Amino acid sequence: MTLTASETPAPPKPVPPPARRGSARRAWQSFSPYAYLAPFFTLFVAFGLFPLLYTAFVSLYRVELQTPGDMEWRGLGNYTALFGDEYFWLSLRNTFTIGVLSTVPQLVMALGLAHLLNYKMRGRTFLRTAVLLPYATSVAAATLVFAQLFGRDFGLINYALGLVGIDPVDWQNGTLASQIAVSTVVIWRWTGYNALIYLAGMQSIPHELYEAAAMDGASRWRQFFHVTLPGLRPTILFTVIVSTIGATQLFGEPLLLEGSVSGGISHQYQTLGLYMYEQGWGFFHLGRAAAIAWVMFLLIVVLVGVNALIARRRSRKEAGR
Amino acid sequence: MTAPGSTVTRSPSRAGRTPGSTVTRGPSRAGRTLHAGPLAYGILIVAVLFSAFPFYWTIVAASRSNADLAKVPPTLLPGPNLIRNFEAVLEEADIGKALLNSLIVSGSITLGTVLCCTLAGFAFAKLRFRGRGALLAITIGTMMIPPQLGVIPLFMLIAELGWVNQLQAVILPGLVSAFGVFFMRQYLVQTLPDELIEAARVDGASTARIFWSIVVPIARPGMAVLGLLTFMAAWNDFFWPVVALTSSEPTVQVALRQLGGGYVHDQSVIMAGTLLGTLPVLLVFGLLGRQIVGGIMQGAVKG
Repeated sequence: MTLTASETPAPPKPVPPPARRGSARRAWQSFSPYAYLAPFFTLFVAFGLFPLLYTAFVSLYRVELQTPGDMEWRGLGNYTALFGDEYFWLSLRNTFTIGVLSTVPQLVMALGLAHLLNYKMRGRTFLRTAVLLPYATSVAAATLVFAQLFGRDFGLINYALGLVGIDPVDWQNGTLASQIAVSTVVIWRWTGYNALIYLAGMQSIPHELYEAAAMDGASRWRQFFHVTLPGLRPTILFTVIVSTIGATQLFGEPLLLEGSVSGGISHQYQTLGLYMYEQGWGFFHLGRAAAIAWVMFLLIVVLVGVNALIARRRSRKEAGR
Repeated sequence: MTAPGSTVTRSPSRAGRTPGSTVTRGPSRAGRTLHAGPLAYGILIVAVLFSAFPFYWTIVAASRSNADLAKVPPTLLPGPNLIRNFEAVLEEADIGKALLNSLIVSGSITLGTVLCCTLAGFAFAKLRFRGRGALLAITIGTMMIPPQLGVIPLFMLIAELGWVNQLQAVILPGLVSAFGVFFMRQYLVQTLPDELIEAARVDGASTARIFWSIVVPIARPGMAVLGLLTFMAAWNDFFWPVVALTSSEPTVQVALRQLGGGYVHDQSVIMAGTLLGTLPVLLVFGLLGRQIVGGIMQGAVKG
């Protein structure tokens, strides 16, 4: 993420208040900034920060959904139970494969789309708005529609495949097929959004770089690889991180493909998010669910760290050239 | 919900542009001012068709009968059953109540978030106080952590408060938007000149006075964009409402989860529910799509 947190130049000291203002007034002036922060930070601490940190604490206890007030110390019991459950490992693997299946095509297509949207053309605003349209739909709505399109017997997609001589695919029970179906919903909803993010990044690349490249006789293709892509590196890192976090959290799409919390008969497309929901609200084990949430958090930290590390190493390598 | 949206008139997307982005408009410069060829148009039109087809298909399926949807070859044109399917879904899944609840929830979250974030964003952008850097760092640092990871303690909290299946259980946590604070801070850093505040202070205006008569009018375009993005996100939020509410007090997404949960088997009725639940955001998007596009691109440049 490129935090362009441009620091404001320190404003000159406020004019000393006239003498008639009492010291109470002055005390209020120095306190008042906190009054502006109070509404946000009160809510932030109560409903944002506290639940996040308290998750680690809850994960060490046995807490059941019916009696969330009763907590019984379990130590690392929730974690050992988790690591002994084959469905945990399966959902971890599914989260990873679905993450790759959805993120990679999504970002590659978004990059191409952004490049085209950056051209001068008629109806530019319309096209940009149109590719963003899927972003306006909810996970639930999009998945219900795609579940219909992916129907095995009467789905439009199998019909279209039949026209080109491909046998009907079982989009719910096949392992790869069901994961492709889940990924398709993700790709559909987020490609346009990412394309706009890339487009914004492309527009902030200094124009002189292209001029210089063109003067050196670089083709459009070479300009894309040697000017656009390097210029977009921070933006690409940002989208990779955001998509990775999103993929780790995947929940609505696998839940609504068939409507079951197990992610298919043999858990073939159950993700970690869905597994957490199943443990917490299907089997009533809130403590166990908290352990899963904490594992997901650590997973995100590791993945984001690895991404950032790779990006830094690559840019250092480029700089060394 | 129309209140924050209707104020979008000044094309806020221009507000925070870096100078580099305007350079692309120069006359016939090499490299950047490429005109799209037929191939580019062709690919983009295909992309638009892919974006739009599921919407079209929703309309087709929602206006047919379940039997129509099981035909081979499939029917690709809308049919006559739209109203009947709407009636069925209003009765079977209580979509009417869900729409009302979603309007209340998303409206409250939008107004509350925009207010909280503008207040905090103003403080971070223009006021000097102890701990400013640290508080801002905490806010930005948690921006990327998905709230989904805190749902278990959050659920225990609202169970303790007796709020399960009540709308405030969804509204209050929905007001927390670290992104919003950051967004408003950046907006005000770029659009609100310090001299204006200095001048008002010299005239003896209090900070509260300055906030309402100087900051808010200037921040309005940014507030409108934040409001739009917040409304869409709140309307579409899935995980937490599914956990905190039940089918007796649903938002639209909870009702859709119920529809997809298998107790309604008529596909055309499910699609009618999907259509009803999506129409309000599509309406917002249709009217203010340009502002939303601008807001996302602006957020990208800043964030």
